[in-house]
Amino acid sequence: MTGRRSMIEVRGLVRSFGEHQVLTGVDLEVAEGTTSVILGGSGSGKTVLIKHVIGLLKPDRGEVLIEGEDIVPLGDRELERVRRKFGMVFQGSALFDSMSVYENVAFPLREHTRLTEAEIRQRVAEKLALVDLHGIEEKYPADLSGGMRKRVGLARAIVRDPKIVLYDEPTTGLDPITTDYVDDMILTAKKKLGVTSVVISHDVASAFKVADRIAFLSDGKIVEHAPPAELRRSTHPVVQRFLSTWFGKN
Amino acid sequence: MTSEVQGPPGRRSPAAAAVEWVGERVLEAGRAFVGVLALGGSVGRWAIRPPFRVESLFAQFDFVGVGSVVIVALTGLFTGMVFATQSWSAFERFGAESLVGPTVAITITRELAPVLSALMITMRAGSATCTELGTMRVTEQVDALETMAVSPVQYLLVPRVLAGMFMGPLLAMLFDTAGVFGGFTIAVLVKGLSVGTFVLRTQDIVGPDDVVEGLVKAAVFGLVVMLIACYRGYYASGGAKGVGQATTRAMVSSAVAVFILDYFLGLFFHG
Repeated sequence: MTGRRSMIEVRGLVRSFGEHQVLTGVDLEVAEGTTSVILGGSGSGKTVLIKHVIGLLKPDRGEVLIEGEDIVPLGDRELERVRRKFGMVFQGSALFDSMSVYENVAFPLREHTRLTEAEIRQRVAEKLALVDLHGIEEKYPADLSGGMRKRVGLARAIVRDPKIVLYDEPTTGLDPITTDYVDDMILTAKKKLGVTSVVISHDVASAFKVADRIAFLSDGKIVEHAPPAELRRSTHPVVQRFLSTWFGKN
Repeated sequence: MTSEVQGPPGRRSPAAAAVEWVGERVLEAGRAFVGVLALGGSVGRWAIRPPFRVESLFAQFDFVGVGSVVIVALTGLFTGMVFATQSWSAFERFGAESLVGPTVAITITRELAPVLSALMITMRAGSATCTELGTMRVTEQVDALETMAVSPVQYLLVPRVLAGMFMGPLLAMLFDTAGVFGGFTIAVLVKGLSVGTFVLRTQDIVGPDDVVEGLVKAAVFGLVVMLIACYRGYYASGGAKGVGQATTRAMVSSAVAVFILDYFLGLFFHG
Protein backbone atom coordinates (compact mmCIF):
# COMPACT_ATOMS: atom_id res chain seq x y z
CA MET A 1 0.00 0.00 0.00
CA THR A 2 0.96 3.65 -0.01
CA GLY A 3 1.75 3.99 3.67
CA ARG A 4 -1.47 5.87 4.33
CA ARG A 5 -3.94 4.40 6.79
CA SER A 6 -6.44 1.91 5.51
CA MET A 7 -9.97 3.32 5.03
CA ILE A 8 -11.65 0.18 3.69
CA GLU A 9 -10.49 -3.35 4.32
CA VAL A 10 -12.29 -6.45 3.05
CA ARG A 11 -11.09 -9.82 4.36
CA GLY A 12 -12.11 -13.24 3.05
CA LEU A 13 -15.55 -12.09 1.85
CA VAL A 14 -17.76 -14.97 0.72
CA ARG A 15 -21.33 -14.54 -0.50
CA SER A 16 -23.69 -16.89 -2.32
CA PHE A 17 -27.14 -16.38 -3.78
CA GLY A 18 -28.84 -19.78 -3.66
CA GLU A 19 -26.48 -22.28 -5.25
CA HIS A 20 -24.45 -19.60 -7.00
CA GLN A 21 -21.33 -18.44 -5.15
CA VAL A 22 -20.71 -14.88 -6.34
CA LEU A 23 -17.86 -13.89 -4.04
CA THR A 24 -15.48 -16.70 -3.15
CA GLY A 25 -13.06 -14.94 -0.83
CA VAL A 26 -12.43 -11.30 -1.64
CA ASP A 27 -9.52 -9.49 -0.01
CA LEU A 28 -9.17 -5.78 -0.70
CA GLU A 29 -7.61 -2.78 0.99
CA VAL A 30 -8.22 0.85 0.03
CA ALA A 31 -6.01 3.55 1.54
CA GLU A 32 -7.32 6.90 2.72
CA GLY A 33 -7.57 9.57 0.02
CA THR A 34 -6.96 7.19 -2.87
CA THR A 35 -9.14 6.00 -5.73
CA SER A 36 -9.42 2.28 -6.31
CA VAL A 37 -11.25 0.98 -9.35
CA ILE A 38 -12.70 -2.52 -9.18
CA LEU A 39 -12.60 -3.85 -12.69
CA GLY A 40 -14.30 -6.97 -13.91
CA GLY A 41 -16.71 -8.37 -16.44
CA SER A 42 -20.49 -8.15 -16.26
CA GLY A 43 -21.87 -10.49 -13.61
CA SER A 44 -18.49 -10.84 -11.87
CA GLY A 45 -19.93 -9.61 -8.56
CA LYS A 46 -18.62 -6.03 -8.52
CA THR A 47 -21.92 -4.51 -7.42
CA VAL A 48 -22.41 -7.26 -4.83
CA LEU A 49 -18.97 -6.41 -3.44
CA ILE A 50 -19.66 -2.68 -3.21
CA LYS A 51 -23.02 -3.33 -1.53
CA HIS A 52 -21.15 -5.29 1.16
CA VAL A 53 -18.76 -2.37 1.64
CA ILE A 54 -21.65 -0.07 2.55
CA GLY A 55 -23.55 -2.72 4.50
CA LEU A 56 -26.50 -3.14 2.12
CA LEU A 57 -25.72 -6.87 2.01
CA LYS A 58 -24.39 -9.21 4.69
CA PRO A 59 -21.75 -11.77 3.72
CA ASP A 60 -21.90 -15.49 4.40
CA ARG A 61 -18.34 -15.20 5.75
CA GLY A 62 -15.67 -12.55 6.02
CA GLU A 63 -15.09 -9.08 7.39
CA VAL A 64 -15.62 -5.56 6.07
CA LEU A 65 -13.66 -2.98 8.04
CA ILE A 66 -14.41 0.71 7.66
CA GLU A 67 -11.75 2.80 9.41
CA GLY A 68 -10.86 -0.35 11.32
CA GLU A 69 -14.42 -1.16 12.47
CA ASP A 70 -15.97 -4.42 11.28
CA ILE A 71 -19.45 -3.49 10.01
CA VAL A 72 -20.67 -7.06 9.35
CA PRO A 73 -22.08 -7.69 12.85
CA LEU A 74 -23.60 -4.19 13.18
CA GLY A 75 -27.35 -3.64 13.51
CA ASP A 76 -29.45 -1.06 11.67
CA ARG A 77 -28.69 1.80 14.04
CA GLU A 78 -24.91 1.27 14.06
CA LEU A 79 -24.90 0.81 10.28
CA GLU A 80 -26.63 4.18 9.90
CA ARG A 81 -23.75 5.76 11.85
CA VAL A 82 -21.18 4.08 9.58
CA ARG A 83 -23.09 4.98 6.41
CA ARG A 84 -22.85 8.66 7.27
CA LYS A 85 -19.20 8.35 6.26
CA PHE A 86 -20.27 7.36 2.74
CA GLY A 87 -21.68 8.89 -0.38
CA MET A 88 -22.76 6.65 -3.21
CA VAL A 89 -23.32 7.30 -6.90
CA PHE A 90 -25.60 4.70 -8.45
CA GLN A 91 -25.45 3.22 -11.92
CA GLY A 92 -28.89 4.62 -12.78
CA SER A 93 -28.32 7.70 -10.57
CA ALA A 94 -31.18 6.65 -8.23
CA LEU A 95 -32.40 10.22 -7.88
CA PHE A 96 -35.77 10.54 -6.14
CA ASP A 97 -38.05 11.21 -9.06
CA SER A 98 -40.71 12.85 -6.91
CA MET A 99 -38.23 15.54 -5.85
CA SER A 100 -36.58 18.39 -7.75
CA VAL A 101 -32.81 18.50 -8.26
CA TYR A 102 -32.53 20.93 -5.34
CA GLU A 103 -34.56 18.70 -3.03
CA ASN A 104 -32.53 15.66 -4.09
CA VAL A 105 -29.18 17.27 -3.31
CA ALA A 106 -30.52 18.89 -0.14
CA PHE A 107 -31.99 15.60 1.12
CA PRO A 108 -28.93 14.29 3.06
CA LEU A 109 -28.46 17.72 4.65
CA ARG A 110 -32.08 17.89 5.76
CA GLU A 111 -31.86 14.39 7.19
CA HIS A 112 -28.58 14.64 9.05
CA THR A 113 -27.78 18.28 9.79
CA ARG A 114 -29.43 21.22 11.52
CA LEU A 115 -28.44 23.71 8.82
CA THR A 116 -30.80 26.57 8.06
CA GLU A 117 -32.56 26.66 4.70
CA ALA A 118 -30.21 29.46 3.57
CA GLU A 119 -27.16 27.37 4.48
CA ILE A 120 -28.61 24.34 2.72
CA ARG A 121 -29.30 26.41 -0.38
CA GLN A 122 -25.71 27.68 -0.36
CA ARG A 123 -24.25 24.19 0.11
CA VAL A 124 -26.41 22.73 -2.67
CA ALA A 125 -25.42 25.49 -5.10
CA GLU A 126 -21.74 24.95 -4.19
CA LYS A 127 -21.87 21.20 -4.89
CA LEU A 128 -23.87 21.62 -8.09
CA ALA A 129 -21.25 24.15 -9.24
CA LEU A 130 -18.52 21.62 -8.44
CA VAL A 131 -20.08 19.21 -10.92
CA ASP A 132 -20.60 22.10 -13.34
CA LEU A 133 -24.37 22.31 -13.12
CA HIS A 134 -26.06 25.69 -12.87
CA GLY A 135 -29.68 26.84 -12.85
CA ILE A 136 -31.25 23.40 -12.83
CA GLU A 137 -32.31 23.32 -9.18
CA GLU A 138 -36.01 23.42 -9.94
CA LYS A 139 -35.90 20.75 -12.67
CA TYR A 140 -36.97 17.17 -12.00
CA PRO A 141 -34.80 14.10 -12.75
CA ALA A 142 -37.07 13.15 -15.67
CA ASP A 143 -36.16 16.48 -17.34
CA LEU A 144 -32.40 15.73 -17.28
CA SER A 145 -30.09 13.82 -19.62
CA GLY A 146 -28.30 10.68 -18.37
CA GLY A 147 -25.04 12.57 -17.89
CA MET A 148 -26.71 15.36 -15.96
CA ARG A 149 -28.46 12.86 -13.70
CA LYS A 150 -25.08 11.23 -12.97
CA ARG A 151 -23.65 14.60 -12.02
CA VAL A 152 -26.63 15.44 -9.79
CA GLY A 153 -26.15 11.98 -8.23
CA LEU A 154 -22.52 12.87 -7.55
CA ALA A 155 -23.50 16.27 -6.08
CA ARG A 156 -25.93 14.49 -3.75
CA ALA A 157 -23.28 11.93 -2.80
CA ILE A 158 -20.72 14.57 -1.82
CA VAL A 159 -23.01 17.23 -0.35
CA ARG A 160 -22.20 16.20 3.23
CA ASP A 161 -18.47 15.94 2.50
CA PRO A 162 -18.27 12.20 3.11
CA LYS A 163 -14.98 10.44 3.76
CA ILE A 164 -15.70 7.72 1.20
CA VAL A 165 -17.52 7.89 -2.14
CA LEU A 166 -18.61 4.71 -3.92
CA TYR A 167 -19.34 4.83 -7.64
CA ASP A 168 -21.35 2.00 -9.19
CA GLU A 169 -20.65 1.90 -12.94
CA PRO A 170 -20.55 5.69 -13.23
CA THR A 171 -19.84 5.76 -16.97
CA THR A 172 -22.04 2.90 -18.19
CA GLY A 173 -24.39 3.97 -20.95
CA LEU A 174 -22.80 7.39 -21.46
CA ASP A 175 -21.31 8.75 -24.69
CA PRO A 176 -17.48 9.21 -24.79
CA ILE A 177 -17.57 12.95 -24.11
CA THR A 178 -19.91 12.60 -21.13
CA THR A 179 -17.84 9.64 -19.91
CA ASP A 180 -14.75 11.86 -19.98
CA TYR A 181 -16.69 14.51 -18.12
CA VAL A 182 -17.78 12.07 -15.40
CA ASP A 183 -14.17 10.87 -15.06
CA ASP A 184 -13.11 14.47 -14.53
CA MET A 185 -15.82 14.82 -11.87
CA ILE A 186 -14.39 11.82 -9.99
CA LEU A 187 -10.92 13.31 -10.15
CA THR A 188 -12.24 16.72 -9.04
CA ALA A 189 -14.07 15.18 -6.06
CA LYS A 190 -10.86 13.47 -5.00
CA LYS A 191 -8.67 16.53 -5.50
CA LYS A 192 -10.96 19.15 -3.95
CA LEU A 193 -12.57 17.08 -1.20
CA GLY A 194 -9.80 14.55 -0.53
CA VAL A 195 -12.26 11.66 -0.48
CA THR A 196 -11.43 7.99 -0.64
CA SER A 197 -13.13 6.59 -3.73
CA VAL A 198 -14.07 3.11 -4.87
CA VAL A 199 -15.25 2.91 -8.46
CA ILE A 200 -16.95 -0.18 -9.86
CA SER A 201 -16.46 -0.34 -13.61
CA HIS A 202 -15.87 -2.44 -16.68
CA ASP A 203 -14.66 0.60 -18.58
CA VAL A 204 -10.89 0.11 -18.98
CA ALA A 205 -10.19 3.63 -20.29
CA SER A 206 -12.01 5.29 -17.38
CA ALA A 207 -10.31 2.97 -14.90
CA PHE A 208 -6.85 3.90 -16.12
CA LYS A 209 -7.73 7.58 -16.05
CA VAL A 210 -9.12 7.85 -12.52
CA ALA A 211 -7.49 5.02 -10.55
CA ASP A 212 -4.56 5.12 -8.15
CA ARG A 213 -4.92 1.36 -7.95
CA ILE A 214 -7.00 -1.09 -9.95
CA ALA A 215 -8.38 -4.29 -8.45
CA PHE A 216 -9.42 -6.98 -10.89
CA LEU A 217 -12.34 -9.19 -9.83
CA SER A 218 -12.55 -12.60 -11.45
CA ASP A 219 -14.21 -15.84 -10.30
CA GLY A 220 -15.35 -14.11 -7.12
CA LYS A 221 -11.82 -13.09 -6.06
CA ILE A 222 -9.54 -10.10 -6.47
CA VAL A 223 -6.83 -11.59 -8.70
CA GLU A 224 -4.78 -8.39 -9.08
CA HIS A 225 -4.66 -5.12 -7.13
CA ALA A 226 -2.01 -2.79 -8.38
CA PRO A 227 -1.34 0.68 -9.79
CA PRO A 228 -2.51 0.99 -13.42
CA ALA A 229 0.99 0.80 -14.90
CA GLU A 230 1.72 -2.40 -12.96
CA LEU A 231 -1.62 -3.94 -13.88
CA ARG A 232 -0.77 -3.59 -17.57
CA ARG A 233 2.14 -5.94 -16.97
CA SER A 234 -0.05 -8.52 -15.24
CA THR A 235 0.48 -12.09 -16.38
CA HIS A 236 -2.95 -13.26 -15.19
CA PRO A 237 -4.70 -14.61 -18.31
CA VAL A 238 -8.14 -13.12 -17.55
CA VAL A 239 -6.63 -9.71 -16.80
CA GLN A 240 -4.53 -9.85 -19.96
CA ARG A 241 -7.55 -10.78 -22.03
CA PHE A 242 -9.71 -8.06 -20.46
CA LEU A 243 -7.10 -5.34 -20.96
CA SER A 244 -6.36 -6.46 -24.51
CA THR A 245 -9.89 -5.38 -25.47
CA TRP A 246 -8.72 -1.82 -24.90
CA PHE A 247 -4.93 -1.83 -25.34
CA GLY A 248 -4.74 -4.44 -28.11
CA LYS A 249 -3.09 -7.84 -28.00
CA ASN A 250 0.43 -6.45 -27.73
CA MET B 1 -44.62 -53.23 -18.22
CA THR B 2 -43.07 -50.77 -15.87
CA SER B 3 -42.52 -48.29 -18.71
CA GLU B 4 -46.31 -47.99 -19.15
CA VAL B 5 -46.73 -47.10 -15.50
CA GLN B 6 -43.86 -44.62 -15.25
CA GLY B 7 -44.33 -42.89 -18.61
CA PRO B 8 -41.52 -41.46 -20.70
CA PRO B 9 -38.47 -40.22 -18.80
CA GLY B 10 -38.61 -36.52 -17.80
CA ARG B 11 -42.42 -36.24 -17.95
CA ARG B 12 -44.65 -36.05 -14.91
CA SER B 13 -48.21 -37.14 -14.55
CA PRO B 14 -50.83 -34.32 -14.51
CA ALA B 15 -51.68 -35.25 -10.91
CA ALA B 16 -48.07 -34.82 -9.80
CA ALA B 17 -47.85 -31.50 -11.64
CA ALA B 18 -51.09 -30.32 -9.99
CA VAL B 19 -49.83 -31.32 -6.52
CA GLU B 20 -46.55 -29.53 -7.18
CA TRP B 21 -48.40 -26.42 -8.41
CA VAL B 22 -50.60 -26.34 -5.31
CA GLY B 23 -47.60 -26.98 -3.06
CA GLU B 24 -45.66 -24.11 -4.60
CA ARG B 25 -48.62 -21.75 -4.15
CA VAL B 26 -49.05 -22.79 -0.52
CA LEU B 27 -45.34 -22.29 0.15
CA GLU B 28 -45.43 -18.90 -1.57
CA ALA B 29 -48.46 -17.87 0.50
CA GLY B 30 -46.71 -19.05 3.67
CA ARG B 31 -43.54 -17.11 2.79
CA ALA B 32 -45.59 -13.98 2.03
CA PHE B 33 -47.49 -14.34 5.31
CA VAL B 34 -44.26 -14.58 7.30
CA GLY B 35 -42.75 -11.75 5.25
CA VAL B 36 -45.72 -9.44 5.90
CA LEU B 37 -45.58 -10.24 9.63
CA ALA B 38 -41.84 -9.54 9.75
CA LEU B 39 -42.24 -6.28 7.85
CA GLY B 40 -45.13 -5.33 10.14
CA GLY B 41 -42.84 -5.86 13.15
CA SER B 42 -40.17 -3.71 11.53
CA VAL B 43 -42.72 -0.96 10.75
CA GLY B 44 -43.88 -1.10 14.38
CA ARG B 45 -40.33 -0.74 15.70
CA TRP B 46 -39.47 2.15 13.39
CA ALA B 47 -42.80 3.90 14.09
CA ILE B 48 -41.83 4.55 17.70
CA ARG B 49 -38.28 5.71 16.97
CA PRO B 50 -37.42 9.33 16.28
CA PRO B 51 -37.35 11.21 13.98
CA PHE B 52 -41.14 11.33 13.72
CA ARG B 53 -41.97 12.35 10.18
CA VAL B 54 -45.20 14.23 10.85
CA GLU B 55 -45.19 15.98 7.48
CA SER B 56 -44.90 12.68 5.58
CA LEU B 57 -47.60 11.18 7.79
CA PHE B 58 -50.04 13.98 7.01
CA ALA B 59 -49.19 13.77 3.32
CA GLN B 60 -50.19 10.09 3.44
CA PHE B 61 -53.32 10.90 5.48
CA ASP B 62 -54.20 13.26 2.66
CA PHE B 63 -53.45 10.69 -0.04
CA VAL B 64 -55.06 7.65 1.58
CA GLY B 65 -57.88 9.43 3.42
CA VAL B 66 -58.85 12.72 1.81
CA GLY B 67 -58.14 11.36 -1.66
CA SER B 68 -60.58 8.49 -1.07
CA VAL B 69 -63.45 10.60 0.27
CA VAL B 70 -65.43 10.87 -2.97
CA ILE B 71 -65.06 7.23 -4.00
CA VAL B 72 -65.95 5.97 -0.50
CA ALA B 73 -68.93 8.33 -0.16
CA LEU B 74 -70.27 7.28 -3.56
CA THR B 75 -69.75 3.58 -2.82
CA GLY B 76 -71.44 4.00 0.57
CA LEU B 77 -74.38 5.93 -0.83
CA PHE B 78 -75.17 3.42 -3.56
CA THR B 79 -74.51 0.42 -1.33
CA GLY B 80 -77.07 1.80 1.15
CA MET B 81 -79.56 2.47 -1.64
CA VAL B 82 -79.15 -0.99 -3.17
CA PHE B 83 -79.39 -2.67 0.21
CA ALA B 84 -82.53 -0.71 1.16
CA THR B 85 -84.17 -1.50 -2.18
CA GLN B 86 -83.48 -5.22 -1.86
CA SER B 87 -84.42 -5.49 1.81
CA TRP B 88 -87.62 -3.48 1.19
CA SER B 89 -88.73 -5.93 -1.48
CA ALA B 90 -88.08 -8.83 0.92
CA PHE B 91 -89.56 -7.27 4.08
CA GLU B 92 -92.77 -5.95 2.46
CA ARG B 93 -93.86 -9.56 1.86
CA PHE B 94 -94.48 -9.97 5.56
CA GLY B 95 -95.11 -6.34 6.50
CA ALA B 96 -91.76 -5.67 8.15
CA GLU B 97 -90.79 -2.59 6.13
CA SER B 98 -90.01 -0.73 9.36
CA LEU B 99 -86.96 -3.00 9.78
CA VAL B 100 -85.32 -1.72 6.62
CA GLY B 101 -83.56 1.12 8.47
CA PRO B 102 -81.91 -0.99 11.20
CA THR B 103 -81.12 -3.78 8.74
CA VAL B 104 -79.29 -1.39 6.45
CA ALA B 105 -77.60 0.37 9.37
CA ILE B 106 -76.39 -2.80 11.12
CA THR B 107 -75.12 -4.42 7.95
CA ILE B 108 -73.34 -1.30 6.85
CA THR B 109 -71.76 -0.35 10.17
CA ARG B 110 -70.63 -3.85 11.09
CA GLU B 111 -69.64 -5.30 7.75
CA LEU B 112 -70.03 -3.36 4.54
CA ALA B 113 -68.40 -0.10 5.62
CA PRO B 114 -65.13 -1.63 6.87
CA VAL B 115 -64.91 -4.22 4.10
CA LEU B 116 -65.80 -1.99 1.16
CA SER B 117 -63.79 0.98 2.49
CA ALA B 118 -60.78 -1.33 2.78
CA LEU B 119 -61.30 -2.52 -0.78
CA MET B 120 -61.50 1.10 -1.95
CA ILE B 121 -58.25 1.89 -0.07
CA THR B 122 -56.68 -1.19 -1.65
CA MET B 123 -57.67 -0.26 -5.17
CA ARG B 124 -56.89 3.43 -4.94
CA ALA B 125 -54.08 3.92 -2.43
CA GLY B 126 -52.72 0.36 -2.17
CA SER B 127 -52.14 -0.02 -5.91
CA ALA B 128 -50.43 3.38 -6.15
CA THR B 129 -48.32 2.66 -3.06
CA CYS B 130 -47.20 -0.72 -4.36
CA THR B 131 -46.30 0.67 -7.77
CA GLU B 132 -44.46 3.65 -6.30
CA LEU B 133 -42.42 1.57 -3.86
CA GLY B 134 -41.76 -1.10 -6.49
CA THR B 135 -40.48 1.50 -8.94
CA MET B 136 -38.30 3.02 -6.22
CA ARG B 137 -36.92 -0.44 -5.45
CA VAL B 138 -36.03 -1.40 -9.03
CA THR B 139 -34.49 2.01 -9.76
CA GLU B 140 -32.32 1.72 -6.62
CA GLN B 141 -33.99 4.70 -4.89
CA VAL B 142 -34.61 2.49 -1.84
CA ASP B 143 -30.91 1.53 -1.78
CA ALA B 144 -30.05 5.22 -2.15
CA LEU B 145 -32.04 6.01 1.01
CA GLU B 146 -30.16 3.31 2.91
CA THR B 147 -26.78 4.54 1.74
CA MET B 148 -27.75 8.00 2.97
CA ALA B 149 -28.31 6.48 6.42
CA VAL B 150 -32.08 6.91 6.19
CA SER B 151 -34.21 3.89 7.02
CA PRO B 152 -36.51 3.20 4.04
CA VAL B 153 -38.89 1.42 6.41
CA GLN B 154 -39.20 4.51 8.57
CA TYR B 155 -39.16 7.02 5.73
CA LEU B 156 -41.40 5.25 3.23
CA LEU B 157 -43.40 2.53 4.96
CA VAL B 158 -44.30 3.87 8.41
CA PRO B 159 -46.35 6.87 7.13
CA ARG B 160 -48.18 4.72 4.58
CA VAL B 161 -49.10 1.92 6.99
CA LEU B 162 -50.15 4.36 9.73
CA ALA B 163 -52.25 6.27 7.19
CA GLY B 164 -54.09 3.03 6.36
CA MET B 165 -54.68 2.31 10.03
CA PHE B 166 -55.94 5.81 10.92
CA MET B 167 -57.79 6.65 7.73
CA GLY B 168 -59.56 3.26 7.54
CA PRO B 169 -61.94 4.04 10.44
CA LEU B 170 -62.53 7.61 9.26
CA LEU B 171 -63.44 6.40 5.79
CA ALA B 172 -65.63 3.70 7.33
CA MET B 173 -67.47 6.41 9.30
CA LEU B 174 -68.00 8.29 6.07
CA PHE B 175 -69.24 5.08 4.47
CA ASP B 176 -71.60 4.54 7.45
CA THR B 177 -73.05 8.02 7.03
CA ALA B 178 -73.41 7.82 3.26
CA GLY B 179 -74.79 4.27 3.42
CA VAL B 180 -77.44 5.00 6.05
CA PHE B 181 -78.34 8.17 4.16
CA GLY B 182 -78.70 6.07 0.99
CA GLY B 183 -80.97 3.64 2.86
CA PHE B 184 -82.96 6.58 4.25
CA THR B 185 -83.36 8.03 0.76
CA ILE B 186 -84.86 4.82 -0.62
CA ALA B 187 -86.98 3.87 2.42
CA VAL B 188 -88.33 7.34 3.22
CA LEU B 189 -88.18 9.39 0.04
CA VAL B 190 -88.85 6.67 -2.53
CA LYS B 191 -90.88 4.02 -0.71
CA GLY B 192 -92.75 6.40 1.63
CA LEU B 193 -91.72 5.07 5.08
CA SER B 194 -92.12 7.75 7.74
CA VAL B 195 -89.00 9.52 8.96
CA GLY B 196 -89.92 8.72 12.57
CA THR B 197 -90.22 5.00 11.92
CA PHE B 198 -86.92 4.84 10.08
CA VAL B 199 -85.04 6.81 12.74
CA LEU B 200 -86.64 5.32 15.88
CA ARG B 201 -86.42 1.69 14.72
CA THR B 202 -82.79 2.24 13.76
CA GLN B 203 -82.04 3.86 17.14
CA ASP B 204 -83.76 0.98 18.94
CA ILE B 205 -81.78 -1.76 17.28
CA VAL B 206 -78.44 -0.29 16.30
CA GLY B 207 -76.10 0.53 19.19
CA PRO B 208 -72.66 2.07 19.61
CA ASP B 209 -71.17 -1.45 19.77
CA ASP B 210 -72.13 -2.02 16.14
CA VAL B 211 -70.36 1.15 15.06
CA VAL B 212 -67.30 0.41 17.20
CA GLU B 213 -67.07 -3.11 15.78
CA GLY B 214 -67.00 -1.66 12.26
CA LEU B 215 -64.40 0.93 13.15
CA VAL B 216 -62.07 -1.60 14.79
CA LYS B 217 -62.36 -3.79 11.71
CA ALA B 218 -61.69 -0.81 9.47
CA ALA B 219 -58.51 0.05 11.40
CA VAL B 220 -57.25 -3.54 11.12
CA PHE B 221 -58.15 -3.79 7.43
CA GLY B 222 -56.59 -0.41 6.65
CA LEU B 223 -53.36 -1.41 8.37
CA VAL B 224 -53.24 -4.83 6.71
CA VAL B 225 -54.01 -3.73 3.13
CA MET B 226 -51.42 -0.96 3.25
CA LEU B 227 -48.89 -3.30 4.85
CA ILE B 228 -49.44 -5.86 2.08
CA ALA B 229 -49.11 -3.15 -0.59
CA CYS B 230 -45.89 -1.97 1.06
CA TYR B 231 -44.55 -5.53 1.35
CA ARG B 232 -45.16 -6.34 -2.31
CA GLY B 233 -43.75 -3.04 -3.53
CA TYR B 234 -40.79 -2.94 -1.16
CA TYR B 235 -39.59 -6.37 -2.23
CA ALA B 236 -40.44 -6.00 -5.93
CA SER B 237 -37.79 -7.05 -8.44
CA GLY B 238 -37.43 -7.63 -12.15
CA GLY B 239 -38.05 -4.20 -13.67
CA ALA B 240 -41.39 -2.90 -14.96
CA LYS B 241 -42.81 -6.40 -15.36
CA GLY B 242 -41.87 -7.29 -11.80
CA VAL B 243 -43.52 -4.14 -10.45
CA GLY B 244 -46.70 -4.97 -12.41
CA GLN B 245 -46.73 -8.49 -10.99
CA ALA B 246 -46.12 -7.18 -7.49
CA THR B 247 -49.08 -4.81 -7.81
CA THR B 248 -51.38 -7.57 -9.05
CA ARG B 249 -50.31 -9.79 -6.15
CA ALA B 250 -50.81 -6.93 -3.70
CA MET B 251 -54.36 -6.32 -4.92
CA VAL B 252 -55.36 -9.98 -4.86
CA SER B 253 -53.78 -10.81 -1.51
CA SER B 254 -55.15 -7.63 0.11
CA ALA B 255 -58.72 -8.43 -0.99
CA VAL B 256 -58.44 -12.05 0.16
CA ALA B 257 -56.87 -10.97 3.47
CA VAL B 258 -59.76 -8.56 4.13
CA PHE B 259 -62.39 -11.28 3.72
CA ILE B 260 -60.46 -13.83 5.79
CA LEU B 261 -59.79 -11.30 8.56
CA ASP B 262 -63.43 -10.22 8.46
CA TYR B 263 -64.47 -13.75 9.33
CA PHE B 264 -62.06 -14.02 12.25
CA LEU B 265 -62.89 -10.56 13.58
CA GLY B 266 -66.57 -11.49 13.31
CA LEU B 267 -65.82 -14.54 15.47
CA PHE B 268 -63.96 -12.31 17.91
CA PHE B 269 -66.94 -9.95 18.31
CA HIS B 270 -69.76 -12.47 18.11
CA GLY B 271 -68.19 -15.91 18.56
